[in-house]
Amino acid sequence: MEDTQRIVKDFILAQFLPGEDPAALEPTTPLVTSAILDSLATMRLVSFLEERFGIQVEAHEASVDNLNTLDLITALVRSKR
Amino acid sequence: MPTADLFTAFAVAAARQPGAIAVVDPDRGSVTFGELEALATRIHGLLALRGVRPGDRVAIHVQKSIEGIAAILGVLRAGAVYIPVDPHGPVPRNAFIMHDCGVALAIVERTLQPLLAPELATIGADIPLELVELGRDGGGVSNMPGRDGPAPAPVARGADDLAYVLYTSGSTGRPKGVMLTHGNALSFVGWCAGVFAPTPADRFSSHAPFHFDLSILDLFLPLTRGSTLVLVSHEVGKDPARIAELVAAHALTVWYSAPSILTLLAAHGAPAPLAFPSLRLVLFAGEVFPVKHLRALQRRLPHPRYFNLYGPTETNVCTYHEIPPDIPEERTDPYPIGRTCENLMARVVAPDLGDTARGEEGELLISGPNVMVGYWGLEEQSARAFVSGPDGRRWYRTGDLVVEAPDGTFTFRGRRDRMVKKRGYRVELGEVEACVLTHPAVAEAAVVASATEDGVRITAVIASRDGGRISLIALKRHCAERVPLYMVPDQFLFVPALPRTSTDKTDYQRIQEMA
Repeated sequence: MEDTQRIVKDFILAQFLPGEDPAALEPTTPLVTSAILDSLATMRLVSFLEERFGIQVEAHEASVDNLNTLDLITALVRSKR
Repeated sequence: MPTADLFTAFAVAAARQPGAIAVVDPDRGSVTFGELEALATRIHGLLALRGVRPGDRVAIHVQKSIEGIAAILGVLRAGAVYIPVDPHGPVPRNAFIMHDCGVALAIVERTLQPLLAPELATIGADIPLELVELGRDGGGVSNMPGRDGPAPAPVARGADDLAYVLYTSGSTGRPKGVMLTHGNALSFVGWCAGVFAPTPADRFSSHAPFHFDLSILDLFLPLTRGSTLVLVSHEVGKDPARIAELVAAHALTVWYSAPSILTLLAAHGAPAPLAFPSLRLVLFAGEVFPVKHLRALQRRLPHPRYFNLYGPTETNVCTYHEIPPDIPEERTDPYPIGRTCENLMARVVAPDLGDTARGEEGELLISGPNVMVGYWGLEEQSARAFVSGPDGRRWYRTGDLVVEAPDGTFTFRGRRDRMVKKRGYRVELGEVEACVLTHPAVAEAAVVASATEDGVRITAVIASRDGGRISLIALKRHCAERVPLYMVPDQFLFVPALPRTSTDKTDYQRIQEMA
């Protein structure tokens, strides 16, 4: 679980928050509703999750309810494995 | 005599075919024209009970839904003016808009009330709220506020009476309300009907939210011509795979949106070739459609006709261009914004406002029945938006620089000010700058936009108070709480001090190069 979250966090920091202090990205930091992930970034994140964790995210699951924080993303990945 | 107001135009279509489906909410059901009219009548009854009078403003703070459309029609039936307010927008901005145009009442989705009410109290806006619950059964009367019993008669309005006010980004850091009349909207919708020839068999997408000007075509073209409107929700509307499912499942015949979502559809829409046999028209507006993506879409989906529609909120659509089939491989220039709509007039002027020779770049001016009255409560800005021509007509200054070809087709060249379009929305870079500057760690900021393959990218160049970096997360969150998400900068760059020109002004040219 923690490992999953770290992998997702590293991806988001590297792709969308270059140069950010890793400590500033907390498990509950809003990502979609604070414009850190726009729709293109969200699609890239979903592709990454599918490939990295060997899961299938359905179109209706790729929503703000499941992707807005690291905690939510981790829970989504976990529910699929 | 032509119909003079939007509600009457809807009611005429409803009387012709009360049993036809007017609106489909794919997740929550549908209503017929007759049912929709009955819902609007209930809303009117409620507004009358609450003392709303013709000409009063009523905010619509509801996500796109059958209930929201019924509320808009109810407001129009009461002769009042609807003010659509973004249900996903920042709360302070939404409260500002309602207060700014002095709404008599706000129709608000129940889930939005807990944040909105205290914000309205904070700014001293005493606005009664009527709450709408969006239940599972779309448009079920049980969800709707309203009043049963004898309904008041529809209040007829004239062409010059206001129908709605749409708020757009303002350069000084506060949004401004574009005032549009029944005559403006009906002239525009009438022009659309002439060109796109909708019939009761048509099924239109409704992708734009109510506060976005593309929604005027979405709502009032089908609803006044007896076609069906299929709602694309906020969530589905961002997701190309779900859009592809929806277009196919609901056999849409007309799609209308900003190009950005069509770009996603071309790139990520579906693994198999897109096959929407029913789709006959793809309309796009709001920003430049990069040719590479337009060609990719047309190759995957060759049979519909494609139209580029152009026009600021202040004029509705004022020029249009049909994209030819088979866009050549070598073409890289965007297609023109096209020729003047048949109900309007256009001129191109030099900075001294004198007419240019054909073929010379200049600012596009528009005159005619689509053009707004002015900005709500901003007399000076309204006056500046217009010039009177030698013919005595009132001409709206679009701020867009164009070149006119010998055949009367206009090509967009850029802006004369600091406004850009992002995902179809107008963004005044000055408003973004004002927002970034409210962050306590920011000493100086300049915001510029650049074109990328995936659309416009907004960059904020910042000098911080302590000379160091500021957390990107902190900056994004700060902005997202104050301006809509499409206005939040995509990129932040940090410099010790902003570059200056020799006259000590912010050197935007160098900042542009940095971005």
